[in-house]
Amino acid sequence: MRHVFLDHQSATPVAPEVFEAMRPYYTEYFGNASSLHQHGLRVREALKVARQQTAALINADSEEEIFFTSDGTESANLAIKGVAYANERKGKHLVVSATEHPSIMNSVEFLEKQGWTCTRVPVSPEGLLDLAALKAAITPQTVLVAVHHVNHDIGTIQRMTEVGAICTAAGVPLYVDCEASAGWLPVDVKAFGAALASFSPHRFYGPKGVGVLYRHKRARLVSILHGGVQEGGRRAGTENIPAIVGGGAAAALAQQRLAFRQEHTAALQRRLWDGLKTHVPYIKLNGPEPGPDRISTNLNLSTEFIEGEGQLLLCDLNGIAVASGSSCVSKSLKISHVLGAIGLDHALAQGNIIMTLGEANTVEDMDYTVETFAKIVTKLRGMSPMWDEFERGVIDSVINPTGRGKSFSQHAADISGKAAH
Amino acid sequence: MSDTYTLYNSTVMEHFMNPRNMGDLKDADGVGEVGAAACGDIMKISLKIKDGRIADARFKTFGCGSAIASSSMATELIKGRTIDEAMNFTNQEVVDALGGLPPVKIHCSVLAEEALKAALEDYVKKHPESAGK
Ligand code: FES
Repeated sequence: MRHVFLDHQSATPVAPEVFEAMRPYYTEYFGNASSLHQHGLRVREALKVARQQTAALINADSEEEIFFTSDGTESANLAIKGVAYANERKGKHLVVSATEHPSIMNSVEFLEKQGWTCTRVPVSPEGLLDLAALKAAITPQTVLVAVHHVNHDIGTIQRMTEVGAICTAAGVPLYVDCEASAGWLPVDVKAFGAALASFSPHRFYGPKGVGVLYRHKRARLVSILHGGVQEGGRRAGTENIPAIVGGGAAAALAQQRLAFRQEHTAALQRRLWDGLKTHVPYIKLNGPEPGPDRISTNLNLSTEFIEGEGQLLLCDLNGIAVASGSSCVSKSLKISHVLGAIGLDHALAQGNIIMTLGEANTVEDMDYTVETFAKIVTKLRGMSPMWDEFERGVIDSVINPTGRGKSFSQHAADISGKAAH
Repeated sequence: MSDTYTLYNSTVMEHFMNPRNMGDLKDADGVGEVGAAACGDIMKISLKIKDGRIADARFKTFGCGSAIASSSMATELIKGRTIDEAMNFTNQEVVDALGGLPPVKIHCSVLAEEALKAALEDYVKKHPESAGK
């Protein structure tokens, strides 16, 4: 059986050269960067190199603006809470886009329970931030704006220079979550006007266990993790040296391979989407069409009349690893909040599958995926009462309405006595 | 890596991959279609009743793997039961027969119970004389 990994948004394999760079830091160079002897000083030097490598990937001025955390979630928590607490006296208002990652949304919710307020700026049906609404949302009490570079779910690329200009004009620091873009698309914190930015090397052939937070020297930030004075006092805790070294090596590798990665994944993305749309009836791409507004690695699909977990399981049984934003897949039984924020019909959110491409994927992989996925859809539709009811004209398609029958949501509400969320 | 890992136990996976009694019944005596309030999924069960017993059952499911497996197992279990026996059917029987479901997926087996009961009610409505038998 062919194995096709289409979940690069969740993990990538560590590149061999990255692994080699890390290896001695587990065994030979095991020192703690806080130690003052040779063992400590040696790894301090390695930390500095890794900071330079990661700073270079995002065009930061100096390695002193780079902090290492444990992952993207910690970076987001530090950025949101650290800036909010540092500026408490100035104001207690935050502005975020409605489609930020849960680590940002949930950090904001945590602060709201402590008296902060937050404005969630809406996005278009394709996931593009409403810039006029962003501008209007900023008040004299606003201490931070958070807008992601690329959406983790639907791949929309935000107009970062315009977002940055709005924040700069208002004098409010901007935090840019680059978790879904760094390593695959150029990130330029200066062009973005970012005061803070975060990304994780495990998304681009680096190891898990390290996150990167960029902070412009003038942005105020207090620690949320208390202990020693590692990372300039902003992040206490013994540095995960092997992972940080690997993160630096992955950043250096990404810089070299960025153009190839973009070109390679863009060609596969086009082939995969063209194939799926030709061979699978009633399928929809969520987010912008492949092109300048969409990252080349992501396809977020809704296949009508079937649910996402079944698709995911059958893909997996056929060697294809994908993700899904369906409510059945989430532990909270809620659809992805991003799909909710773009106003996607519940029926389509339930049929959601996310495919994210990487370097090792091939044209043959794409053709196999199209062929296999079409079979899976046929199988699941054969089991679905909705497909049957659609064919009999009881319910209508959202993607391609025929004008016959009621909507799926209406039908679901009628029989469950409750509106779908 | 030679092992294959599965999200559900092998019985659930087997019923998901090769569901029993999938489809519709022509001239069904009772049909029930219900939706899950929790996640918005839909299950439909059709029954053929003969001499007060469930002679045949079919399902169609728009839902997750455990919903498909639950409806497959439920339709297996209820065949041959009297209407009264079937009215007392609970989702726990499905869960037990499947060798357990993850806690977050128990509601999918409830959907199977509800679809079955809706189908029975549909039958009883059309055949009031059968009630209580
Ligand atoms: S049917 Fe939605 S979780 Fe099982």
